[in-house]
Amino acid sequence: MHRFANPARFLRLANVALPWLAALAVLSLAAGLYLALFDSPPDYQQGDTVRIMYIHVPSAWMGMFCYTAMAAFSAMALIWKHPLADLLARATAPIGAAFTLICLVTGSLWGKPMWGTWWAWDARLTSMLILFFLYLGYMALANAFDDPGRGARASAILALVGFVNVPVIKWSVDWWNTLHQPASVIKMGGPAIDKSMLIPLLLMALGFQAYYFVVLILRARAEIAAAKIGTIRMAQVHAAGQGD
Amino acid sequence: MDAIRSFLAMGGYGAYIWPCYLLATVVMVGLLVVSVRTARRREGELDRLQQLRRDRPGRRRRTAIAEGSNP
Repeated sequence: MHRFANPARFLRLANVALPWLAALAVLSLAAGLYLALFDSPPDYQQGDTVRIMYIHVPSAWMGMFCYTAMAAFSAMALIWKHPLADLLARATAPIGAAFTLICLVTGSLWGKPMWGTWWAWDARLTSMLILFFLYLGYMALANAFDDPGRGARASAILALVGFVNVPVIKWSVDWWNTLHQPASVIKMGGPAIDKSMLIPLLLMALGFQAYYFVVLILRARAEIAAAKIGTIRMAQVHAAGQGD
Repeated sequence: MDAIRSFLAMGGYGAYIWPCYLLATVVMVGLLVVSVRTARRREGELDRLQQLRRDRPGRRRRTAIAEGSNP
């Protein structure tokens, strides 16, 4: 059973961390939501629509973070054949897809009152839509093969090739003339937004990050259990075959 | 009452702001619930399978051989 030695250690650590991460997620999201909705000022140009930012921007960061994590786990799975790496990449994909979907829809709801359109084929928006399709393609490919090993290899390669899209998203607002505004938090020379908006934004981002780890652990536990069930079933079939 | 109404109106942008918060809540809570239930179901099934193997020592040796461990 040495194959599960590492997942067993992972499970022990993950189960210790889980309640702390869940508490961190609840507390920072509660504080972030309170500040975002009640205790932050409307923007001088965008009015109250700026409150969409507290959902839109952290989910965009998480969409890119999850893809980066998925590509890193996929690289580890391909290079070192670490069974846990492949499983963590698979567990990350739906979380990243969920955050990217939230980013796209809230962006659309922000675009209508501020730009006068729900959607534009602008570099930032289009590259974010491609990110969403990459997640969907990854999940479809990972489950498309009868042999889970082949599915894992194919989807890991897709994750790595698709990673080229992440820097394109980040710098699309600098490389092309876009409708989307340029970076105002993660940029050279420090953030250009006021503390009263920056603090709720960072609290929401921290809450989303903690949420990611909570759901990642839960999904990884399900994947590990599924792998063990598969091994036991296979052994039973094998034993039954020998008995005949 | 007026305070609540003006809060919900969000300076006239309530129709855009509230769906954002609602969608984020539905998607994140939904994914969390699905993940918790999947983990519980699979871990429960694994426990049942392992219990079954412990209860049937006659088959245990064979399974051990099939798994490649030393009998």
